[in-house]
Amino acid sequence: MEDTAVEEAEVSGAAEFAPALIAAHPFGHSVAVAVGPDLRVFDLHGGCAVSLSDDSGGCAHSDAIRAITFGAGGALFASAGDDKLVKVWKTGSWRCVRTITSEKRVSAVAFSNDGLYVTFADKFGVVWLVTVGEDAEGQVSADSKPVSIFGHYCSIITSMKFSPDGRFIGTADRDFKIRVTSFPKNPMKGATEIQSFCLGHTEFVSCIAFTRNSGGSSFLLSGGGDSTVRLWDHINGCLLDTYDVRDKLGELSEPNETEDSNLAIADICLANDDSLVAVAIQSLNGMMLLACDLVAKKLSFLKVVRTEKSYIPTSLSTSFGPDEHLWTVMGASNMPNQSASQLLTRVRIVPRFQKDAQASADHDTAALDDAEVPHGEKLLLALQGSLDASKQEEVLSAVLAALKVSMHKMLVKKNYSEERREQRKRGRNDKKIKK
Amino acid sequence: MTRTSSGANGGGGQQGSGKLPRKRFYRARAHSNPLSDSHFPFPISPDDFDLSQHYPRYYPADKGDLSDGEANAPLIRFADVGCGFGGLLVGLSPLFPDKLMIGMELRDKVTEYVKERVLALRASNPGQYDNISVVRTNSMKYIPNYFRKAQLSKMFFLFPDPHFKEKNHRRRVISMQLLDEYAYVMEVGGIIYTITDVEELGIWMRSCLEKHPLFEAVPEEEIKVDPVVTLLSTATEEGQKVARNGGQTFQAIFRRISLQEE
Repeated sequence: MEDTAVEEAEVSGAAEFAPALIAAHPFGHSVAVAVGPDLRVFDLHGGCAVSLSDDSGGCAHSDAIRAITFGAGGALFASAGDDKLVKVWKTGSWRCVRTITSEKRVSAVAFSNDGLYVTFADKFGVVWLVTVGEDAEGQVSADSKPVSIFGHYCSIITSMKFSPDGRFIGTADRDFKIRVTSFPKNPMKGATEIQSFCLGHTEFVSCIAFTRNSGGSSFLLSGGGDSTVRLWDHINGCLLDTYDVRDKLGELSEPNETEDSNLAIADICLANDDSLVAVAIQSLNGMMLLACDLVAKKLSFLKVVRTEKSYIPTSLSTSFGPDEHLWTVMGASNMPNQSASQLLTRVRIVPRFQKDAQASADHDTAALDDAEVPHGEKLLLALQGSLDASKQEEVLSAVLAALKVSMHKMLVKKNYSEERREQRKRGRNDKKIKK
Repeated sequence: MTRTSSGANGGGGQQGSGKLPRKRFYRARAHSNPLSDSHFPFPISPDDFDLSQHYPRYYPADKGDLSDGEANAPLIRFADVGCGFGGLLVGLSPLFPDKLMIGMELRDKVTEYVKERVLALRASNPGQYDNISVVRTNSMKYIPNYFRKAQLSKMFFLFPDPHFKEKNHRRRVISMQLLDEYAYVMEVGGIIYTITDVEELGIWMRSCLEKHPLFEAVPEEEIKVDPVVTLLSTATEEGQKVARNGGQTFQAIFRRISLQEE
């Protein structure tokens, strides 16, 4: 019976919730939140909400945004999603300078380190590249077409990042794989040389992050549906350490609390000095902080920053300072019975996202109260869509329920029992037509 | 083959008896969709790939923990992707007795047949055919789960499914995307062999390999003296079928090279 219920939900297609996303400008100039087709940006220097303008001649986002990122040292920003559009924005003026149309829905987007190219991954696992760098007159070339540079074989790419030295592009997919590809000098001809595969996750990989500055060498971190955060040497694909968040959450929570709940890793975010990793977990109200020791190549539990019961972050981001806040957001779109005015998100900020500050025992970190948030109500109104988002329990609990299933619906392989598969075979369309 | 069938279980359950399995008991669909989610086990990484099941002579199972003997055991060097009924493996085995080879096949029943065939050959020819085996897998999805970087010296793609419709071209086993992965598991100098009786697919496979920067065509004179090449069309069941019908075949044989940066 249960099986049939699941099946019906799939057919109606109501399961494709899109989690809200957050991205902080690398130098703390601004912060962006995406929920559904809405892109909300707040200027932290000016202390005001940014109104976006579009002179690229393309359409505005009309469906859920699935990926946002800053690039080129914060000069550019990209947003992309289910409406098959990739929009590139200049962050000085927050004008959209380029709208690229993809053939398929877009699941990940990244800028090359030199800011010359934007790459995006579509639902079929193909990675496309477009030149966005400016020519001598300061004009973004608007005519270049996307070219496919490589692909994961028919798998959804969940995360795409460039290594800090610009040599590699890392891509993670739902088939448990992380591929590290050499990024060539002339990428228009394709990125065909695979440096390594990082294999070890036993479920979908949801997020990856390169370390930034560890004395010449860099490492890769990943989180996945198997509730683990893993540390890799991406040059040779070696798994260096695995941290299973279930170990600690089992101890911390009351009995029954984590039972049958899903502890997939939703997002990870590294502190500036790479010593600390914040982890968003699908059923955890709060953020888990792990100490990341790149000399001993170990991940270890530091603490959990708890938030109110109804707050489970969907996305994390940080900037190079000076504040070093950890920005977190919770929200979802595409929910049944949701009107556009209800695209609520909740933003929480954890201050002093540094290992020393977080490790000191005398200091009990918590997320900032709404009154302590920089620019206070103005920022919250701009990014959350409402001031009293925390009071709209009903909406938040609906979001919460949606989030618990959303990632699974999209990324986990459906496992049918033997009888169920036989039944599905009997119901196949091609046979029906022949009759 | 004059012996009458011993009942309904004629196909399976003859391990070690030395009797070759009979194809009629392993009827299978001719095609299988490589895009569908797989429901069979696969190794999480090459370290997780249990070779003792496949090559007991080289990887004894009762050794307990990883001993030094295993470290010296040979690695798999040849892969026959879409091995079908295993004709090529059987033909290659005596030619390269010190090389481990594996066939990869998506269709369950066909894999069972090859398994039985190898066991029967081992039983009736002691000391031979210990270097070949078969695994049921979707090689288009899981190649890097089985082989390490630069592990293979030969890869075979013989008479692959042509997937004529343009909509289904992405199901073809040779494509620009997948060649990246094949190049990754092949050593520099390794050779990829493709053959088909479908002209359109032959052109497609050759053009993919020609466009790919990590492969170059093997010169004609080398192909002529390569003992493996004759097996491509004579050893496999598909090849024999084409020969019987007097059909034409189209080969593309390319070498893995290192990247030339301009």
